[in-house]
Amino acid sequence: MRFMLMMHAPRGTGDWAVMKWPPADLKAHIDFMHNLNKQLVSEGAFVTAQGLAGPGDARIVRATKSGVPAVTDGPYAEGKEFLAGYWIIDCASADQAYAIAARASVAPGPGGTPLYIPIEVRQVMSAPPTD
Amino acid sequence: MAALDEHLLRDLTPQVLGAVVRRFGDFAASEDAVQEALLAAATQWPASGLPDNPRGWLIQVAARRMIDHIRSESARRQRETAVMNEPVSSLNPLPAPEPDKSEAMDHDDTLMLLFMSCHPSLTPSSAIAVTLRAVGGLTTAEIARAFLVPEPTMAQRISRAKQIIQASGVPFEMPERAERQERLAAVLHVLYLMFNEGYSSSSGQTLQRTDLSNEAIRLTRAVHHLLPEEGEVAGLLALMLLTDARRIARTGAAGELIPLDEQDRSTWDRQAIAEGTNLVTSSLSTGTVGAYQLQAAIAAVHDEASSVDDTDWPQILALYGLLKRMDPSPMVALNYAIAAAMVHGPDAGLKLLDALATDDRMAGHYRLDAVRGHLLERAGRRAQAIECYQAAARRTMSIPERDYLIGKAARLAATPAAGD
Repeated sequence: MRFMLMMHAPRGTGDWAVMKWPPADLKAHIDFMHNLNKQLVSEGAFVTAQGLAGPGDARIVRATKSGVPAVTDGPYAEGKEFLAGYWIIDCASADQAYAIAARASVAPGPGGTPLYIPIEVRQVMSAPPTD
Repeated sequence: MAALDEHLLRDLTPQVLGAVVRRFGDFAASEDAVQEALLAAATQWPASGLPDNPRGWLIQVAARRMIDHIRSESARRQRETAVMNEPVSSLNPLPAPEPDKSEAMDHDDTLMLLFMSCHPSLTPSSAIAVTLRAVGGLTTAEIARAFLVPEPTMAQRISRAKQIIQASGVPFEMPERAERQERLAAVLHVLYLMFNEGYSSSSGQTLQRTDLSNEAIRLTRAVHHLLPEEGEVAGLLALMLLTDARRIARTGAAGELIPLDEQDRSTWDRQAIAEGTNLVTSSLSTGTVGAYQLQAAIAAVHDEASSVDDTDWPQILALYGLLKRMDPSPMVALNYAIAAAMVHGPDAGLKLLDALATDDRMAGHYRLDAVRGHLLERAGRRAQAIECYQAAARRTMSIPERDYLIGKAARLAATPAAGD
């Protein structure tokens, strides 16, 4: 079974908060994520993972009747959280996916304290039928 | 030399690995050494030509890798023990030359490797991966492609699985008769899952995934060749052939799902059907009957019919009745309900489904709603059928299944029907 683990972060003023952290805290956070990915590879669960650029760079693109696509800064879905990055993992059950999400959720923030990041877990479709 | 015969290498894999494990004992390291030997053959043979004794060549190269491995392990241990100032344990890196082997031994080796690879303490996906490498001779990259995961992920999955096998301490020898039956059942289950993994996924990399089905058929054929008297092995091979015969017919040009009743039966593979039917017929006439044989017999009845209406449903119902007693799983009960509906009318099937809905293993499963929708449609209860199809579409995780179910609901909604 495949799951997408979506990590949300506060939208803020257009830049990720991590950019303003002390360098040591930022490094600890990045190291944590690298390590987690390495562990997921060694557990045979890793498919892919990406971090996304800050909310300020996001654009909404919509084709128009005139043929010229409209590229705008928003409007985005309501809410304070913004997709910051994601994993695709391959594991045996939803519970395993939740356990992995929980491990990502405690990535360290400023001063090394866990961030308790909200991670949205969604099953990726086109699993073979279960019978 | 012309293109290297890939099947030669793949067929030799279990024989070579068997010889190396027998000599060195260490399954995990031997398996790595044999992979390296296979890679060496794949690069060298096309240029240098096929060696006179390909099997001997592979064993020799793998054994050399094993000796290198043991030497470096022993050197590492010596360094460690030197630091600890302890006596160095002596390792014997040069084993005696291998005695002549009979063909029967090769056969046993393949079976023993299957018993190891399909170890019950492994998850199914790990067991399939190890089996594909150790017995099927596939590379990690090929297996990773078949499972749609990156190669390092698959490499780790295989290496973890081998550690589990190693830690379980299962010896490389033929188990006693009673245990052998149990272990054979585990092997057949893994081969069955391997086949399904390739057969049931129809999105994206269809071609790569169907390789899994072909490989499952090849390996099951090998087991059948080794154990021709085992009815369930013949039954599983027959089931795979009879199911695979319909492969082309079951997906449309855009990868959409085409159910049995709408398939173009002229595209079914007659040769596979004939082989599967013969296999199951002769296995049913000898010895005890098992679940794979019954499923194969059901598939054979479907395959010999020219249409759904021409299908011998009473016989299918009788076979599912037998299967239900042997395998009380809800999926079998579901299929029994479909057959009952075909014989006694949709209401008889719907009644059976109501009983099934209280089964925890089945509650909320999309197949229950899909079948209910189908039977309600047959009964002319259109609005309810649409509801069931939509509920099933929301629950399935398969995109082709979902598209099929949405299509069913939409077509039904667009056709004005009497009797609503």
